[in-house]
Amino acid sequence: MSADPAVWLPFVFAALMGLSIVIYVVLDGFDLGVGVLFPFADDDEKDLMVASIGPFWDANETWLVLAIGLLLVAFPVAHGTILTALYLPVAVMLLGLILRGVAFEFRAKAPARQKARWNRAFFAGSLMASLAQGFMLGLYVLGLDHSWAALAFGVVTAVFLTVGYSFIGAAWLILKARDDLQVKAVAWARGGIWGLILGLAAISAASPLVSTRIWEKWFTWPAMAWLAPLPILSVLLVGLLWAMLRRLPMEGDRLSWVPFVAATALFVLAFLGLAYSFYPYVVPEQITIYQAASAPESLWIILIGTIIVLPMILGYTVLSYVVFRGKASLLNYDLIAEDPARDGKAAPRPPR
Amino acid sequence: MDTLLLSRIQFAANISFHILFPTITIALGWVLLFFKLRFNATRDPKWMEAYGFWVKVFALSFALGVVSGITMSFQFGTNWPGFMETVGNVAGPLLAYEVLTAFFLEAAFLGIMLFGATRVPGWLHTLATFLVAFGTTLSAFWILVLNSWMHTPQGHELRDGIVHATDWVQIIFNPSMPYRLAHMLVASGLTVAFLIAGISAYRRLRGDRAASVAATLRFGLVLAAVLIPVQVLVGDLHGLNTLKHQPAKIAAMEGNWETGGPRPLILFALPDEERRENLLEIGIPHGASLILTHSMNGSVPGLNDYVAADGTVLHPPVAPVFFAFRIMIGVAVLMMLLSWTGVALMRRRRAGVEGLPKAFLHATVAMTFAGWIATLAGWYTTEIGRQPWLVTGLLSTQEAVADVPAPMVLGTLVAYLAVYLALILAYVGVLFYLARKAADGKPLGMMPGSPAAQVAITAAE
Repeated sequence: MSADPAVWLPFVFAALMGLSIVIYVVLDGFDLGVGVLFPFADDDEKDLMVASIGPFWDANETWLVLAIGLLLVAFPVAHGTILTALYLPVAVMLLGLILRGVAFEFRAKAPARQKARWNRAFFAGSLMASLAQGFMLGLYVLGLDHSWAALAFGVVTAVFLTVGYSFIGAAWLILKARDDLQVKAVAWARGGIWGLILGLAAISAASPLVSTRIWEKWFTWPAMAWLAPLPILSVLLVGLLWAMLRRLPMEGDRLSWVPFVAATALFVLAFLGLAYSFYPYVVPEQITIYQAASAPESLWIILIGTIIVLPMILGYTVLSYVVFRGKASLLNYDLIAEDPARDGKAAPRPPR
Repeated sequence: MDTLLLSRIQFAANISFHILFPTITIALGWVLLFFKLRFNATRDPKWMEAYGFWVKVFALSFALGVVSGITMSFQFGTNWPGFMETVGNVAGPLLAYEVLTAFFLEAAFLGIMLFGATRVPGWLHTLATFLVAFGTTLSAFWILVLNSWMHTPQGHELRDGIVHATDWVQIIFNPSMPYRLAHMLVASGLTVAFLIAGISAYRRLRGDRAASVAATLRFGLVLAAVLIPVQVLVGDLHGLNTLKHQPAKIAAMEGNWETGGPRPLILFALPDEERRENLLEIGIPHGASLILTHSMNGSVPGLNDYVAADGTVLHPPVAPVFFAFRIMIGVAVLMMLLSWTGVALMRRRRAGVEGLPKAFLHATVAMTFAGWIATLAGWYTTEIGRQPWLVTGLLSTQEAVADVPAPMVLGTLVAYLAVYLALILAYVGVLFYLARKAADGKPLGMMPGSPAAQVAITAAE
């Protein structure tokens, strides 16, 4: 790496954007996945499922705004090219995100007879957003090509990413739910792990086939040796998940965090593989991050802010997950604990 | 219709829908902090009830603001790639700072503010409420900095047709920013004041005599009565600033074709761009001169100065700006009449909210969403008034639009409009439904209500 800011600044911003995307895919992945699983749950379970993601979904989606914001500000040329090429799936995703975001609120506040309708909107919105993201991933991997073959591949990745999201959503519920819902979530995860495996395999197989450049990056010595841990770790994680899902839930809720952590690790590995394949291109095979980058002085201004603010963001994200740790319980807006015995932490002040 | 016009309508639809909700959450965040602090100080359950009701409205409005805001961040790329390609070096960092400093702050603490009161210490919940209110205001600051810079750009230089930032202090504190920011923040305050007064009046009309409802009705009316004169002053200063930096916009707002004075304050007219004159004009002599120049015969800029020698029109479309401005002013006059009447009625014999007659309560309910109308009309005035420029003098709207097939833009536009219309109806419906439910004494949350909480409060007193 060079000391020239025009070289390393775009790299740093590509890394930051990648970090935002991977955090987004894991975090919104699980809450979109919970939405996709909605039709399989009964009404009481639906309330609990929403409660398990209620305090987080908004911050989760902010990572998408940050990722797209970084693309916008650091690589403005690429931003225009990518988003105009993906015009329709982007619109479908946005409509989906709108529907599910508002359904969260409306299903709890609208008259009871409308609740079923908002539940359907929540499912439909989650499904639309997941499918659209998977479709865009497929098109992107194939170089934003609009041939029939590329569109067909997009449909395949749309289905697999959606199943992948429902898998990590189920893994989240194994962690956050108890009793019947937890047992159900284990069954959902067993059904969804196929999508994850096939999706990883399809993208891993397709990207080197599409581009000889990517083929050479992976299948030449000694790169192969350096890269070997990626597929090996992935296979080990899939094996671990397989074994765990046959044993969960365990006595005393032991190890219920393993599927979620393993699924997260799988998503991260898959992302690292993709990032390695496409670097240095931001628009596949067309525009590199260095060609698309904004002026260094503008990137500087953003970088300074990012370095100061990112640790704070991570800090209060962690705070929010700590505050709402443990098993999910129904949400309420009470200012004072209804039943001090419930968690014992925030009892109302004693009578004077 | 062509891609340019459809893209403009689509952006207008998206941002009009979006701005409705931040307009509520910016001020409502601070109002909730006020309720919470009153509760902390007095332990009077009416403030807790007020908080409990309005925090639900906040949660709903916030969700709508977030999801419609995500759409905005994509619109730049899908429809207006020329914007970021030309002025990305200025717009990018400003947008990035909004996301980094404001969005995550509000999003992360919103969960604690909404659902965390029983899980965290009281001070942390109050702090979370403060940070959410602060975050929404900070977000308004950054976005209004960028918007103001698009109206009155400075602190940059052009290299090969691309804008490069040279002085961030000048960019951030560009000439129209302080006025626009103040105008918008007060507009948010007024919108929330009328929302709270309207919903509270509705609950009283349904026979709700709860102390919290009387308190919020009084709060809404007094807040409105105080903010209206502030807004008149800020609006006047903003207008003078526009006169200095964007005279063509002022000419369209006033419906004035030839530069000169004295000019009347036109109350009504039909501006005709073909004939370049007003039809059916009714005005107050010397009015416009007096307001804009603070002298009886001052000169007012005219639209005909902004037509190039070859006939190209360089001023904004006149009729939309002219009418939008009058709608905003009209709503402001109604707001002043209602809120001042309300305060006068409450002061009479110190009757408080009991002194408000039924007819007045009905009028207040009718004005519940008056703030939305005034805010939208104000934004249409200033944004259409910037045309044909996207960034004044630097980038025309036409240059920035994406080359996307018109049917695709039309298709997505229809889908957005259908969803937005349904959501606005659902939002307004749910607000009044929550009010009815509360008025009938039914619990509001996902959980059955909390008699235990009530007992705890009583015990604490």
